[in-house]
Amino acid sequence: MRFRSVIAVLAATVALPVGAGYATDLEVTHWWTSGGEAAAVGELAKAFDATGNKWVDGAIAGAGGTARPIMVSRITGGDPMGATQFNHGRQAEELVQEGLMRDLTDVAERGNWKEIIRPASLLESCTIDGKIYCAPVNIHSWQWLWLSNDAFEKAGVPVPKNWGELVAAAPALEKAGIVPLAVGGQPWQANGAFDVLILALAGKDTFLQVFGEKNADVAAGPEMAKVFKAADDARRMSKGTNVQDWNQATNMVITGKAGGQIMGDWAQGEFQLAGLKAGEDYSCLPGLGVNEVIATGGDAFYFPLLEDEAKSKAQEALAETLVDPKAQVAFNLKKGSLPVRGDVDLAAANDCMKKGLDILAKGDVIQWTDQLLSADSQKQKEDLFSEFFANPSMTPDDAQKRFVEIIATAD
Amino acid sequence: MSSNARAGRPSRLTRNLSAKIASVPMMLTAVVIFLGGTVWTVVYSFTSSKLLPRLKFVGLDQYERLWSTPRWLVSIENLAIYGIFSLVFSLVIGFVLAALMDQKIRFENTFRTIFLYPFALSFIVTGLVWQWLLNPEHGIQSAVRAMGWAGFDFDPLYNSSIVIYGILIAALWQGTGLVMCLMLAGLRGIDEDIWKASRVDGIPMWKTYLFVVIPMMRPVFVTTLVIIASGIVRVYDLVVAQTSGGPGIASEVPAKYVYDYMFQAQNLGQGFAASTMMLITVAIIIVPWAYLEFGGGRKRV
Repeated sequence: MRFRSVIAVLAATVALPVGAGYATDLEVTHWWTSGGEAAAVGELAKAFDATGNKWVDGAIAGAGGTARPIMVSRITGGDPMGATQFNHGRQAEELVQEGLMRDLTDVAERGNWKEIIRPASLLESCTIDGKIYCAPVNIHSWQWLWLSNDAFEKAGVPVPKNWGELVAAAPALEKAGIVPLAVGGQPWQANGAFDVLILALAGKDTFLQVFGEKNADVAAGPEMAKVFKAADDARRMSKGTNVQDWNQATNMVITGKAGGQIMGDWAQGEFQLAGLKAGEDYSCLPGLGVNEVIATGGDAFYFPLLEDEAKSKAQEALAETLVDPKAQVAFNLKKGSLPVRGDVDLAAANDCMKKGLDILAKGDVIQWTDQLLSADSQKQKEDLFSEFFANPSMTPDDAQKRFVEIIATAD
Repeated sequence: MSSNARAGRPSRLTRNLSAKIASVPMMLTAVVIFLGGTVWTVVYSFTSSKLLPRLKFVGLDQYERLWSTPRWLVSIENLAIYGIFSLVFSLVIGFVLAALMDQKIRFENTFRTIFLYPFALSFIVTGLVWQWLLNPEHGIQSAVRAMGWAGFDFDPLYNSSIVIYGILIAALWQGTGLVMCLMLAGLRGIDEDIWKASRVDGIPMWKTYLFVVIPMMRPVFVTTLVIIASGIVRVYDLVVAQTSGGPGIASEVPAKYVYDYMFQAQNLGQGFAASTMMLITVAIIIVPWAYLEFGGGRKRV
């Protein structure tokens, strides 16, 4: 607790100084703190400063799980920031319902967001009771398998083309002293990896039945049993990861200590920062190379309702900046995520991003668990899968039984 | 407050008026914040509050869910193991160190400082230090292996079944110094004549400690017990810094469950239910003890 409040205090002190000047200061809180993420956020700040306002950076270290409670308590506690990151979906749902967040419908209509933002589900996730409450900034898809070409070369096996091949290659990797699959210790990583396995191995329909309709029978069915078997494989292959943060796990892939990692496309920024080239040094398999569907979760900025006139103006400027084509390109190239609009030129995009853009263009998209499940259900899943990945004596059957219970009571 | 000697000043209310006025803010704090907050929490633990508190009562649902959640059960088990061992070990080690210190040794000041030093560090720092020490790739294990024992295995933080002991080690390292100091103060408070008497009677030293000195130190033990026990129930930051509850959920503790469900899972009702259970646990321990200690008008010690 002490640790967190220290961060909160630090974040607050960052916001306090630099009062003078004509520009309106707007504090923006987010949890983009890894190397690639920080570089990307710098682009947004630059674009916002160019509008004559000032971006006051309120980065909160320690991933969303640490950052969100601080953000929420600042908003509910009457000390709102100018704008804040959330994953769009249901994380800010109650804040909106309580009237703590600002209605952006005007800005959205002026900017014609309905037309330009694609896929449309992004804006839908921002819409509550017909009003738009957030500005989406990127599309993040979890469904990627990142592979170190070096590691496979060292183990003397070809780089896998799909999940099955990776499982088959695992013994060779282990023999070469390489961890086949890096899974960091933070609970959300195991949870996300499992959701990816469902979508890739059981398909879109099952995924939607389980998380969309909360159908407990499907969750208990044979399709899901298959996924739990695969999760068992993943657990075996992840033995020896011994790191906590996702970027440390990604770093194991970058340095060839691990064969692969199931992680969202934000991992791409780390590969870029390390100077690695897609296709040559590392490979990426969307949908684990089995089922090329990507989810359109992502990040969005929400704007707490403020009294201050000047700051409200600055909020509008920020909302416009976030969906601005130039800012979109600059930000997403650095971050490795996909832009929220289809009309921007991403010629500079690398191999992996192009794969993502293709899938997006084909419309093979799906809503992600952040949009379908409440934070409460997500946390229960996190507890289950972090236990499952850490405890080899828990059988896939047991895990499935507990999974069914969570789905049965999910909201 | 010694007497009512001067008659004609009967009102008990106005006696020591300034002292009473001075203590009003603290009394208000105690009543409004502690008691009020507690009652509020208990009431809302019977609601289905999610991110924001709402008075929609659901009976005992939150408690039923709590007690069927594996993570909560693991937390309780961990707290029991951690609590019992840290109570026993910090008292025993603390007392033994203090007794050794009491033998009129040379450099007592130096030793006392060394033993007390860890207490000056916060749990976060302690946790991080021990996280590194117990890390198999950088810490004790690799150091011992580098000295030649290649088969040496010591990685409690990465082994689900013993991870709580890894946390216990750090807690003991941090806390025993304080216990030692309290005990030492208690030992110094024992009259020199008692020792002389027991020496004349030819009672061996360990027996004097066990049957004469320790019973005489009862108040010190009680104080120490309260300090240690309150530290046990609220253990949170040490776990966060050392393992964040991992591997998996193997080192979760109740306080962390409360925090995670209140803020990360945006489920206040569940968090309140868990914190109410913690309160009940403390009450179950404290109430009988307080009754024995202060009740019945009997004065001991």
